[in-house]
Amino acid sequence: MTLPLTRRRAIHRKIEEGVFKGLMGASMFIVVGCLVLIVGTIIWKGLPALSLSMITQTPKGGYYLGKEGGILNAIMGSLYLASGATLLALMFSLPVVLFINLYTKKNSRLAEWTRFSFDVLWGIPSIVYGAFGFIIMIFLGLRTSLLAGIVTVALLEFPIMSRAMDEVIRLVPGSLLDASYSLGATRLETALKVVVRQCLPGILTAVLIAFGRGIGDAASVLFTAGFTDRLPTSLFQPAATLPLAIFFQLGTPFPEVQERAYASAAVLTVMILLISLLARGLIKKSTKHIIK
Amino acid sequence: MRLFRDYLAQKTMLVLAFVPGFIVLLMCLGLFLKSEPILAHKPFFSLLFSSVWSPLKGEFGLFPFIMGTLWVTFVSLIIAVPVSLLSAIYLAEYAPRFIREFTKPIVDLLAGLPSVIYGVWGVLLIVPFVGRVLAPLFGVQSGGYTILAGGVVLAIMIFPTIISVCLEVFSSIPYEMRETSLSLGATKWETIRHVVLKKGLQGIIAAVVLGLSRALGETMAVLMVVGNVARVPKSVFDPGYPLPALIANNYGEMMSVPLYDSALMLAAGALLLVVLVFNVFARFILIRVERRAE
Repeated sequence: MTLPLTRRRAIHRKIEEGVFKGLMGASMFIVVGCLVLIVGTIIWKGLPALSLSMITQTPKGGYYLGKEGGILNAIMGSLYLASGATLLALMFSLPVVLFINLYTKKNSRLAEWTRFSFDVLWGIPSIVYGAFGFIIMIFLGLRTSLLAGIVTVALLEFPIMSRAMDEVIRLVPGSLLDASYSLGATRLETALKVVVRQCLPGILTAVLIAFGRGIGDAASVLFTAGFTDRLPTSLFQPAATLPLAIFFQLGTPFPEVQERAYASAAVLTVMILLISLLARGLIKKSTKHIIK
Repeated sequence: MRLFRDYLAQKTMLVLAFVPGFIVLLMCLGLFLKSEPILAHKPFFSLLFSSVWSPLKGEFGLFPFIMGTLWVTFVSLIIAVPVSLLSAIYLAEYAPRFIREFTKPIVDLLAGLPSVIYGVWGVLLIVPFVGRVLAPLFGVQSGGYTILAGGVVLAIMIFPTIISVCLEVFSSIPYEMRETSLSLGATKWETIRHVVLKKGLQGIIAAVVLGLSRALGETMAVLMVVGNVARVPKSVFDPGYPLPALIANNYGEMMSVPLYDSALMLAAGALLLVVLVFNVFARFILIRVERRAE
Protein backbone atom coordinates (compact mmCIF):
# COMPACT_ATOMS: atom_id res chain seq x y z
CA MET A 1 0.00 0.00 0.00
CA THR A 2 1.43 3.36 -0.89
CA LEU A 3 0.58 6.51 0.92
CA PRO A 4 0.08 9.74 -1.00
CA LEU A 5 3.28 11.70 -1.58
CA THR A 6 2.49 14.58 0.77
CA ARG A 7 1.71 12.18 3.56
CA ARG A 8 4.95 10.28 3.01
CA ARG A 9 6.90 13.49 3.06
CA ALA A 10 5.25 14.54 6.28
CA ILE A 11 6.26 11.26 7.91
CA HIS A 12 9.75 11.62 6.52
CA ARG A 13 10.03 15.11 8.03
CA LYS A 14 8.83 13.87 11.39
CA ILE A 15 11.34 11.03 11.37
CA GLU A 16 14.22 13.30 10.41
CA GLU A 17 13.38 15.68 13.22
CA GLY A 18 13.09 12.77 15.64
CA VAL A 19 16.44 11.28 14.63
CA PHE A 20 18.26 14.57 15.06
CA LYS A 21 16.57 15.26 18.36
CA GLY A 22 17.75 11.88 19.53
CA LEU A 23 21.29 12.63 18.40
CA MET A 24 21.22 15.97 20.21
CA GLY A 25 20.04 14.30 23.38
CA ALA A 26 22.85 11.78 23.07
CA SER A 27 25.41 14.56 22.54
CA MET A 28 24.22 16.44 25.59
CA PHE A 29 24.41 13.22 27.54
CA ILE A 30 28.01 12.68 26.39
CA VAL A 31 29.08 16.21 27.38
CA VAL A 32 27.46 16.10 30.81
CA GLY A 33 28.43 12.47 31.30
CA CYS A 34 32.08 13.23 30.60
CA LEU A 35 32.28 15.74 33.42
CA VAL A 36 30.56 13.39 35.86
CA LEU A 37 32.78 10.54 34.72
CA ILE A 38 35.99 12.55 35.05
CA VAL A 39 35.27 14.03 38.47
CA GLY A 40 33.78 10.74 39.63
CA THR A 41 36.76 8.64 38.55
CA ILE A 42 39.31 10.99 40.05
CA ILE A 43 37.54 11.24 43.40
CA TRP A 44 36.73 7.52 43.51
CA LYS A 45 40.33 6.54 42.77
CA GLY A 46 41.90 9.29 44.79
CA LEU A 47 40.02 9.33 48.06
CA PRO A 48 41.06 5.86 49.28
CA ALA A 49 44.71 6.79 48.75
CA LEU A 50 44.36 10.14 50.48
CA SER A 51 45.53 10.49 54.06
CA LEU A 52 46.08 13.36 56.44
CA SER A 53 49.86 12.95 56.31
CA MET A 54 49.74 13.43 52.55
CA ILE A 55 48.49 16.97 52.80
CA THR A 56 50.36 18.01 55.94
CA GLN A 57 53.88 16.75 55.26
CA THR A 58 56.58 17.49 52.75
CA PRO A 59 58.22 14.54 50.98
CA LYS A 60 60.68 12.64 53.16
CA GLY A 61 63.69 10.78 51.76
CA GLY A 62 62.64 8.10 49.29
CA TYR A 63 59.13 9.52 48.91
CA TYR A 64 59.10 8.80 45.23
CA LEU A 65 60.01 5.18 45.96
CA GLY A 66 56.94 4.76 48.13
CA LYS A 67 58.25 5.90 51.52
CA GLU A 68 56.85 8.41 54.04
CA GLY A 69 55.85 11.94 53.28
CA GLY A 70 53.22 14.08 51.60
CA ILE A 71 52.66 16.72 48.97
CA LEU A 72 52.48 19.81 51.16
CA ASN A 73 55.39 21.28 49.19
CA ALA A 74 53.36 21.09 45.99
CA ILE A 75 50.13 22.39 47.52
CA MET A 76 51.85 25.39 49.10
CA GLY A 77 53.98 25.97 46.02
CA SER A 78 50.91 26.05 43.81
CA LEU A 79 49.08 28.40 46.16
CA TYR A 80 52.05 30.82 46.37
CA LEU A 81 52.57 30.69 42.65
CA ALA A 82 48.94 31.17 41.68
CA SER A 83 48.40 33.95 44.25
CA GLY A 84 51.46 35.85 43.12
CA ALA A 85 50.58 35.44 39.48
CA THR A 86 46.96 36.47 40.01
CA LEU A 87 48.02 39.60 41.89
CA LEU A 88 50.48 40.53 39.16
CA ALA A 89 47.93 39.88 36.42
CA LEU A 90 45.32 41.95 38.27
CA MET A 91 47.70 44.91 38.43
CA PHE A 92 47.82 44.98 34.67
CA SER A 93 44.41 43.80 33.70
CA LEU A 94 42.21 46.05 35.84
CA PRO A 95 43.69 49.32 34.50
CA VAL A 96 43.55 48.09 30.92
CA VAL A 97 39.94 46.98 31.18
CA LEU A 98 38.90 50.22 32.94
CA PHE A 99 40.71 52.17 30.27
CA ILE A 100 39.06 50.54 27.28
CA ASN A 101 35.64 50.90 28.89
CA LEU A 102 35.79 54.40 30.39
CA TYR A 103 38.48 56.44 28.73
CA THR A 104 37.99 55.50 25.12
CA LYS A 105 34.88 56.21 23.13
CA LYS A 106 32.49 53.35 22.66
CA ASN A 107 33.78 50.96 19.99
CA SER A 108 36.91 52.99 19.38
CA ARG A 109 39.76 51.52 17.36
CA LEU A 110 42.03 51.18 20.35
CA ALA A 111 39.47 49.40 22.51
CA GLU A 112 38.60 47.01 19.72
CA TRP A 113 42.20 46.31 19.01
CA THR A 114 42.96 45.62 22.65
CA ARG A 115 40.03 43.24 22.92
CA PHE A 116 41.21 41.52 19.79
CA SER A 117 44.71 41.04 21.16
CA PHE A 118 43.28 39.62 24.39
CA ASP A 119 41.35 37.11 22.33
CA VAL A 120 44.46 36.15 20.43
CA LEU A 121 46.53 35.87 23.61
CA TRP A 122 43.82 33.70 25.12
CA GLY A 123 44.27 31.21 22.29
CA ILE A 124 48.01 30.77 22.70
CA PRO A 125 48.83 27.37 24.21
CA SER A 126 50.35 27.28 27.67
CA ILE A 127 53.43 25.40 26.50
CA VAL A 128 54.30 28.40 24.34
CA TYR A 129 53.91 30.65 27.39
CA GLY A 130 56.26 28.22 29.13
CA ALA A 131 58.86 28.47 26.38
CA PHE A 132 58.51 32.25 26.30
CA GLY A 133 58.82 32.48 30.08
CA PHE A 134 61.93 30.38 29.82
CA ILE A 135 63.44 32.81 27.30
CA ILE A 136 62.67 35.80 29.55
CA MET A 137 64.16 33.92 32.48
CA ILE A 138 67.40 33.23 30.62
CA PHE A 139 67.45 36.80 29.33
CA LEU A 140 67.17 38.22 32.86
CA GLY A 141 69.75 35.76 34.15
CA LEU A 142 67.35 34.09 36.56
CA ARG A 143 67.28 30.40 37.35
CA THR A 144 64.16 28.29 37.70
CA SER A 145 62.41 29.97 40.60
CA LEU A 146 59.11 30.95 42.10
CA LEU A 147 59.52 34.41 40.58
CA ALA A 148 60.01 33.12 37.04
CA GLY A 149 56.98 30.86 37.50
CA ILE A 150 54.89 33.75 38.77
CA VAL A 151 55.77 35.94 35.80
CA THR A 152 54.97 33.17 33.31
CA VAL A 153 51.67 32.22 34.91
CA ALA A 154 50.74 35.92 35.21
CA LEU A 155 51.21 36.24 31.45
CA LEU A 156 48.96 33.23 30.98
CA GLU A 157 46.28 34.57 33.33
CA PHE A 158 46.33 38.11 31.95
CA PRO A 159 44.03 37.55 28.95
CA ILE A 160 41.73 35.17 30.85
CA MET A 161 41.18 37.66 33.66
CA SER A 162 40.82 40.66 31.36
CA ARG A 163 38.24 39.01 29.13
CA ALA A 164 36.13 37.93 32.09
CA MET A 165 36.40 41.40 33.65
CA ASP A 166 35.64 43.20 30.42
CA GLU A 167 32.40 41.28 30.09
CA VAL A 168 31.18 42.62 33.45
CA ILE A 169 32.43 46.18 33.19
CA ARG A 170 30.99 46.52 29.71
CA LEU A 171 27.54 46.09 31.19
CA VAL A 172 27.77 49.07 33.55
CA PRO A 173 24.89 51.32 32.52
CA GLY A 174 25.91 54.57 30.89
CA SER A 175 23.43 56.50 33.04
CA LEU A 176 25.37 55.49 36.16
CA LEU A 177 28.53 56.97 34.66
CA ASP A 178 26.67 60.13 33.63
CA ALA A 179 25.33 60.52 37.15
CA SER A 180 28.84 60.27 38.55
CA TYR A 181 30.27 62.74 36.00
CA SER A 182 27.47 65.20 36.61
CA LEU A 183 28.38 65.28 40.31
CA GLY A 184 31.78 66.53 39.25
CA ALA A 185 33.76 63.33 39.59
CA THR A 186 36.67 62.81 37.25
CA ARG A 187 36.88 59.69 35.16
CA LEU A 188 39.47 58.21 37.51
CA GLU A 189 37.24 58.77 40.52
CA THR A 190 34.28 57.32 38.65
CA ALA A 191 36.36 54.31 37.66
CA LEU A 192 37.67 53.53 41.13
CA LYS A 193 34.74 54.53 43.31
CA VAL A 194 31.73 53.77 41.17
CA VAL A 195 32.59 51.21 38.52
CA VAL A 196 34.84 49.04 40.64
CA ARG A 197 32.33 48.98 43.46
CA GLN A 198 29.45 48.27 41.13
CA CYS A 199 31.33 45.41 39.50
CA LEU A 200 33.15 44.09 42.55
CA PRO A 201 31.56 40.61 42.54
CA GLY A 202 32.19 40.29 38.81
CA ILE A 203 35.78 41.41 39.21
CA LEU A 204 36.32 38.91 42.02
CA THR A 205 34.84 36.19 39.85
CA ALA A 206 37.27 37.06 37.08
CA VAL A 207 40.11 36.93 39.59
CA LEU A 208 38.97 33.51 40.82
CA ILE A 209 38.66 32.13 37.30
CA ALA A 210 42.21 33.25 36.59
CA PHE A 211 43.39 31.84 39.92
CA GLY A 212 41.88 28.46 39.06
CA ARG A 213 43.65 28.50 35.73
CA GLY A 214 46.93 29.41 37.37
CA ILE A 215 46.72 26.66 39.94
CA GLY A 216 45.96 24.00 37.38
CA ASP A 217 48.39 24.82 34.64
CA ALA A 218 51.40 22.58 34.31
CA ALA A 219 52.95 23.14 30.91
CA SER A 220 53.91 26.75 31.62
CA VAL A 221 55.58 26.13 34.98
CA LEU A 222 57.46 23.07 33.76
CA PHE A 223 60.22 25.26 32.36
CA THR A 224 60.18 28.07 34.84
CA ALA A 225 59.24 27.15 38.41
CA GLY A 226 61.37 24.03 38.72
CA PHE A 227 60.57 21.43 41.35
CA THR A 228 61.73 20.91 44.91
CA ASP A 229 60.83 18.84 47.93
CA ARG A 230 61.07 21.82 50.31
CA LEU A 231 58.67 24.64 50.91
CA PRO A 232 59.80 27.75 49.06
CA THR A 233 60.96 30.51 51.42
CA SER A 234 61.96 33.16 48.91
CA LEU A 235 61.02 34.28 45.43
CA PHE A 236 64.31 33.11 44.04
CA GLN A 237 63.99 29.49 45.08
CA PRO A 238 62.41 26.87 42.88
CA ALA A 239 58.90 25.83 43.87
CA ALA A 240 56.97 22.60 43.47
CA THR A 241 53.51 22.74 41.92
CA LEU A 242 50.59 20.39 42.32
CA PRO A 243 50.05 19.52 38.64
CA LEU A 244 53.72 18.68 38.21
CA ALA A 245 53.68 16.61 41.40
CA ILE A 246 50.81 14.60 39.94
CA PHE A 247 52.66 14.20 36.68
CA PHE A 248 55.91 13.05 38.28
CA GLN A 249 54.26 10.66 40.71
CA LEU A 250 52.24 9.08 37.91
CA GLY A 251 55.42 8.65 35.93
CA THR A 252 57.11 6.44 38.54
CA PRO A 253 56.89 2.67 38.11
CA PHE A 254 55.73 2.05 41.71
CA PRO A 255 52.01 1.41 42.26
CA GLU A 256 52.07 3.03 45.75
CA VAL A 257 53.39 6.26 44.31
CA GLN A 258 50.89 6.15 41.47
CA GLU A 259 48.13 5.81 44.05
CA ARG A 260 49.43 9.02 45.55
CA ALA A 261 49.23 10.68 42.15
CA TYR A 262 45.51 9.81 42.11
CA ALA A 263 45.16 11.24 45.60
CA SER A 264 46.96 14.44 44.56
CA ALA A 265 44.71 14.65 41.52
CA ALA A 266 41.70 14.40 43.84
CA VAL A 267 43.11 17.25 45.96
CA LEU A 268 43.57 19.42 42.86
CA THR A 269 40.09 18.59 41.57
CA VAL A 270 38.49 19.47 44.88
CA MET A 271 40.39 22.78 44.92
CA ILE A 272 39.18 23.62 41.41
CA LEU A 273 35.61 22.66 42.30
CA LEU A 274 35.69 24.86 45.40
CA ILE A 275 37.07 27.80 43.45
CA SER A 276 34.41 27.51 40.77
CA LEU A 277 31.65 27.13 43.37
CA LEU A 278 32.91 30.28 45.06
CA ALA A 279 32.99 32.12 41.74
CA ARG A 280 29.47 30.98 40.99
CA GLY A 281 28.27 32.12 44.38
CA LEU A 282 29.76 35.54 43.72
CA ILE A 283 27.93 35.80 40.41
CA LYS A 284 24.67 35.08 42.24
CA LYS A 285 25.52 37.68 44.83
CA SER A 286 26.37 40.27 42.22
CA THR A 287 22.69 40.86 41.67
CA LYS A 288 22.32 42.14 45.25
CA HIS A 289 23.53 45.51 46.59
CA ILE A 290 23.95 46.88 43.13
CA ILE A 291 22.24 49.66 41.32
CA LYS A 292 20.40 48.34 38.34
CA MET B 1 45.15 68.40 41.22
CA ARG B 2 42.30 65.96 40.67
CA LEU B 3 42.31 66.70 37.00
CA PHE B 4 46.02 66.19 36.89
CA ARG B 5 45.65 62.83 38.60
CA ASP B 6 43.01 61.87 36.09
CA TYR B 7 45.29 62.91 33.26
CA LEU B 8 48.18 60.93 34.73
CA ALA B 9 46.00 57.84 35.11
CA GLN B 10 44.82 58.17 31.54
CA LYS B 11 48.34 58.24 30.18
CA THR B 12 49.46 55.28 32.32
CA MET B 13 46.47 53.25 31.27
CA LEU B 14 47.01 54.16 27.64
CA VAL B 15 50.50 52.71 27.87
CA LEU B 16 49.19 49.60 29.63
CA ALA B 17 46.57 49.09 26.93
CA PHE B 18 49.35 48.40 24.48
CA VAL B 19 50.75 45.65 26.68
CA PRO B 20 48.70 42.71 25.31
CA GLY B 21 49.57 43.45 21.71
CA PHE B 22 53.15 44.00 22.73
CA ILE B 23 53.31 40.60 24.43
CA VAL B 24 52.23 38.85 21.24
CA LEU B 25 54.96 40.59 19.27
CA LEU B 26 57.55 39.94 21.95
CA MET B 27 56.68 36.24 22.00
CA CYS B 28 57.13 35.84 18.26
CA LEU B 29 60.34 37.80 18.35
CA GLY B 30 61.79 35.94 21.31
CA LEU B 31 61.03 32.48 19.99
CA PHE B 32 62.38 33.23 16.55
CA LEU B 33 65.56 34.83 17.86
CA LYS B 34 66.12 31.71 19.93
CA SER B 35 65.53 29.38 16.99
CA GLU B 36 67.89 31.36 14.79
CA PRO B 37 70.97 29.15 15.50
CA ILE B 38 69.34 26.02 14.15
CA LEU B 39 67.89 27.83 11.16
CA ALA B 40 71.38 29.05 10.34
CA HIS B 41 72.58 25.47 10.56
CA LYS B 42 69.88 23.77 8.48
CA PRO B 43 67.27 25.09 6.05
CA PHE B 44 63.76 25.37 7.43
CA PHE B 45 62.10 22.85 5.12
CA SER B 46 64.63 20.11 5.64
CA LEU B 47 63.92 20.43 9.37
CA LEU B 48 60.21 20.17 8.79
CA PHE B 49 60.30 17.16 6.50
CA SER B 50 63.13 15.08 7.90
CA SER B 51 62.11 12.11 10.03
CA VAL B 52 65.50 11.61 11.68
CA TRP B 53 65.42 12.66 15.31
CA SER B 54 68.69 12.13 17.16
CA PRO B 55 69.75 15.27 18.99
CA LEU B 56 73.12 13.79 19.96
CA LYS B 57 74.12 13.56 16.30
CA GLY B 58 72.68 16.96 15.57
CA GLU B 59 69.71 15.61 13.61
CA PHE B 60 66.50 17.46 14.37
CA GLY B 61 63.81 16.21 12.00
CA LEU B 62 60.44 17.48 13.20
CA PHE B 63 58.33 15.53 10.72
CA PRO B 64 57.23 12.67 13.05
CA PHE B 65 56.14 15.21 15.66
CA ILE B 66 54.24 17.33 13.19
CA MET B 67 52.44 14.24 11.92
CA GLY B 68 51.75 13.17 15.51
CA THR B 69 50.16 16.54 16.23
CA LEU B 70 48.07 16.43 13.07
CA TRP B 71 46.81 12.88 13.73
CA VAL B 72 45.78 13.58 17.32
CA THR B 73 44.12 16.86 16.39
CA PHE B 74 42.28 15.26 13.48
CA VAL B 75 40.92 12.41 15.63
CA SER B 76 39.79 14.83 18.32
CA LEU B 77 38.00 17.04 15.78
CA ILE B 78 36.14 14.08 14.27
CA ILE B 79 34.77 13.26 17.71
CA ALA B 80 34.32 16.77 19.07
CA VAL B 81 32.73 18.62 16.14
CA PRO B 82 29.50 16.61 15.78
CA VAL B 83 28.99 16.17 19.50
CA SER B 84 29.55 19.79 20.44
CA LEU B 85 27.68 21.16 17.42
CA LEU B 86 24.60 19.05 18.20
CA SER B 87 24.79 20.00 21.88
CA ALA B 88 25.05 23.67 20.99
CA ILE B 89 22.03 23.43 18.67
CA TYR B 90 20.04 21.69 21.37
CA LEU B 91 21.00 24.26 23.99
CA ALA B 92 20.28 27.21 21.73
CA GLU B 93 17.07 26.02 20.05
CA TYR B 94 15.33 23.27 21.98
CA ALA B 95 16.42 23.30 25.60
CA PRO B 96 14.07 24.76 28.19
CA ARG B 97 15.49 27.48 30.37
CA PHE B 98 16.33 25.34 33.39
CA ILE B 99 18.42 22.91 31.32
CA ARG B 100 20.37 25.80 29.88
CA GLU B 101 20.98 27.20 33.36
CA PHE B 102 22.03 23.75 34.49
CA THR B 103 24.48 23.03 31.66
CA LYS B 104 26.29 26.35 31.64
CA PRO B 105 28.25 25.68 34.83
CA ILE B 106 29.00 22.19 33.56
CA VAL B 107 30.51 23.48 30.35
CA ASP B 108 32.43 26.13 32.31
CA LEU B 109 33.76 23.53 34.70
CA LEU B 110 34.79 21.26 31.83
CA ALA B 111 36.79 24.21 30.49
CA GLY B 112 38.25 24.96 33.92
CA LEU B 113 39.52 21.49 34.81
CA PRO B 114 43.32 21.40 34.64
CA SER B 115 44.80 19.40 31.81
CA VAL B 116 46.72 17.20 34.23
CA ILE B 117 43.40 15.99 35.60
CA TYR B 118 42.30 15.08 32.09
CA GLY B 119 45.61 13.26 31.72
CA VAL B 120 45.18 11.24 34.92
CA TRP B 121 41.63 10.39 33.90
CA GLY B 122 42.84 9.33 30.47
CA VAL B 123 45.43 7.05 32.01
CA LEU B 124 42.86 5.57 34.40
CA LEU B 125 40.00 5.04 31.97
CA ILE B 126 40.61 5.78 28.32
CA VAL B 127 43.98 4.06 27.92
CA PRO B 128 42.81 0.70 29.35
CA PHE B 129 39.59 1.03 27.36
CA VAL B 130 41.46 1.55 24.10
CA GLY B 131 44.03 -1.13 24.90
CA ARG B 132 41.71 -3.88 26.17
CA VAL B 133 38.39 -3.22 24.43
CA LEU B 134 38.79 -1.20 21.25
CA ALA B 135 42.08 -2.59 19.97
CA PRO B 136 41.06 -6.29 20.20
CA LEU B 137 37.75 -5.34 18.60
CA PHE B 138 39.65 -4.18 15.53
CA GLY B 139 42.12 -7.05 15.83
CA VAL B 140 45.14 -4.91 16.74
CA GLN B 141 47.69 -5.38 19.49
CA SER B 142 48.06 -2.21 21.51
CA GLY B 143 49.03 -1.09 24.98
CA GLY B 144 46.40 1.62 24.90
CA TYR B 145 48.82 4.57 24.84
CA THR B 146 47.78 5.58 21.34
CA ILE B 147 46.76 8.41 19.04
CA LEU B 148 43.17 7.34 19.62
CA ALA B 149 43.42 7.73 23.39
CA GLY B 150 44.99 11.17 22.92
CA GLY B 151 42.26 12.13 20.46
CA VAL B 152 39.45 11.10 22.80
CA VAL B 153 40.84 13.01 25.78
CA LEU B 154 41.54 16.03 23.59
CA ALA B 155 38.03 15.94 22.13
CA ILE B 156 36.51 16.28 25.59
CA MET B 157 38.85 19.16 26.32
CA ILE B 158 37.71 21.14 23.28
CA PHE B 159 33.98 20.56 23.77
CA PRO B 160 33.57 23.72 25.88
CA THR B 161 35.38 25.96 23.38
CA ILE B 162 33.28 24.85 20.41
CA ILE B 163 30.01 24.78 22.37
CA SER B 164 30.33 28.24 23.87
CA VAL B 165 31.45 29.93 20.64
CA CYS B 166 28.63 28.20 18.72
CA LEU B 167 26.10 29.34 21.31
CA GLU B 168 27.25 32.94 20.86
CA VAL B 169 26.92 32.60 17.10
CA PHE B 170 23.42 31.12 17.26
CA SER B 171 22.23 33.82 19.61
CA SER B 172 23.39 36.47 17.15
CA ILE B 173 20.93 35.21 14.52
CA PRO B 174 17.81 37.36 14.66
CA TYR B 175 14.73 35.62 15.97
CA GLU B 176 12.54 37.02 13.19
CA MET B 177 14.37 34.87 10.66
CA ARG B 178 13.40 31.74 12.52
CA GLU B 179 9.82 32.91 12.86
CA THR B 180 9.59 33.55 9.13
CA SER B 181 10.70 30.02 8.39
CA LEU B 182 8.37 28.51 10.98
CA SER B 183 5.42 30.48 9.68
CA LEU B 184 6.05 29.08 6.21
CA GLY B 185 5.32 25.68 7.62
CA ALA B 186 8.85 24.40 8.19
CA THR B 187 9.37 22.12 11.15
CA LYS B 188 11.70 23.21 13.89
CA TRP B 189 14.49 21.02 12.58
CA GLU B 190 14.06 22.29 9.02
CA THR B 191 14.28 25.81 10.34
CA ILE B 192 17.50 24.95 12.11
CA ARG B 193 18.97 23.25 9.08
CA HIS B 194 18.03 25.82 6.49
CA VAL B 195 18.11 29.02 8.50
CA VAL B 196 20.19 28.72 11.65
CA LEU B 197 22.95 26.49 10.31
CA LYS B 198 23.14 28.27 6.99
CA LYS B 199 23.25 31.70 8.57
CA GLY B 200 25.65 30.57 11.27
CA LEU B 201 27.98 28.62 9.02
CA GLN B 202 30.82 31.12 9.16
CA GLY B 203 30.58 31.34 12.90
CA ILE B 204 30.55 27.57 13.22
CA ILE B 205 33.70 27.38 11.13
CA ALA B 206 35.30 29.93 13.43
CA ALA B 207 34.27 27.88 16.47
CA VAL B 208 35.81 24.77 14.99
CA VAL B 209 39.00 26.62 14.13
CA LEU B 210 39.25 27.89 17.71
CA GLY B 211 38.75 24.35 18.98
CA LEU B 212 41.36 23.15 16.51
CA SER B 213 43.95 25.60 17.73
CA ARG B 214 43.22 24.64 21.33
CA ALA B 215 43.82 21.03 20.36
CA LEU B 216 47.06 21.83 18.53
CA GLY B 217 48.66 23.33 21.59
CA GLU B 218 47.34 21.12 24.36
CA THR B 219 50.27 19.56 26.15
CA MET B 220 50.06 17.70 29.43
CA ALA B 221 46.91 15.64 28.93
CA VAL B 222 48.00 14.45 25.51
CA LEU B 223 51.56 13.84 26.64
CA MET B 224 50.31 11.50 29.35
CA VAL B 225 48.22 9.22 27.14
CA VAL B 226 49.64 9.32 23.63
CA GLY B 227 52.65 7.05 24.03
CA ASN B 228 55.46 9.38 22.91
CA VAL B 229 57.27 7.33 20.28
CA ALA B 230 59.11 9.42 17.70
CA ARG B 231 57.80 7.64 14.61
CA VAL B 232 55.33 8.74 11.97
CA PRO B 233 52.05 7.08 13.01
CA LYS B 234 50.26 4.88 10.47
CA SER B 235 46.96 4.24 12.22
CA VAL B 236 45.04 5.54 15.22
CA PHE B 237 46.26 2.52 17.20
CA ASP B 238 49.89 3.60 16.84
CA PRO B 239 51.55 5.70 19.50
CA GLY B 240 52.38 9.25 18.48
CA TYR B 241 54.53 12.11 19.72
CA PRO B 242 52.96 15.55 19.20
CA LEU B 243 55.04 18.73 19.14
CA PRO B 244 53.95 20.17 22.52
CA ALA B 245 54.75 16.85 24.19
CA LEU B 246 58.20 16.95 22.62
CA ILE B 247 58.84 20.41 24.04
CA ALA B 248 57.58 19.49 27.50
CA ASN B 249 59.39 16.18 27.72
CA ASN B 250 62.84 17.45 26.87
CA TYR B 251 63.09 20.67 28.81
CA GLY B 252 65.53 19.01 31.22
CA GLU B 253 68.17 17.91 28.78
CA MET B 254 67.87 20.63 26.19
CA MET B 255 70.56 22.85 27.67
CA SER B 256 73.21 20.12 27.63
CA VAL B 257 73.10 19.23 23.93
CA PRO B 258 74.15 21.85 21.36
CA LEU B 259 71.34 23.26 19.22
CA TYR B 260 68.76 21.17 21.13
CA ASP B 261 67.21 24.19 22.89
CA SER B 262 67.16 26.02 19.59
CA ALA B 263 65.31 23.14 17.91
CA LEU B 264 62.71 23.06 20.68
CA MET B 265 62.25 26.82 20.52
CA LEU B 266 61.76 26.47 16.78
CA ALA B 267 59.05 23.90 17.51
CA ALA B 268 57.41 26.30 20.00
CA GLY B 269 57.73 29.17 17.53
CA ALA B 270 56.16 27.16 14.72
CA LEU B 271 53.32 26.14 17.02
CA LEU B 272 52.77 29.75 18.06
CA LEU B 273 52.69 30.90 14.45
CA VAL B 274 50.14 28.30 13.36
CA VAL B 275 47.90 28.92 16.37
CA LEU B 276 48.20 32.67 15.88
CA VAL B 277 47.14 32.47 12.24
CA PHE B 278 44.16 30.26 13.11
CA ASN B 279 43.12 32.51 15.97
CA VAL B 280 43.32 35.73 14.02
CA PHE B 281 41.33 34.14 11.20
CA ALA B 282 38.62 32.86 13.55
CA ARG B 283 38.35 36.13 15.47
CA PHE B 284 37.99 38.14 12.27
CA ILE B 285 35.07 35.96 11.24
CA LEU B 286 33.49 36.26 14.68
CA ILE B 287 33.82 40.05 14.70
CA ARG B 288 32.08 40.13 11.33
CA VAL B 289 29.31 37.87 12.60
CA GLU B 290 28.85 40.11 15.63
CA ARG B 291 28.72 43.28 13.53
CA ARG B 292 26.08 41.82 11.29
CA ALA B 293 23.96 41.01 14.32
CA GLU B 294 23.96 44.59 15.58
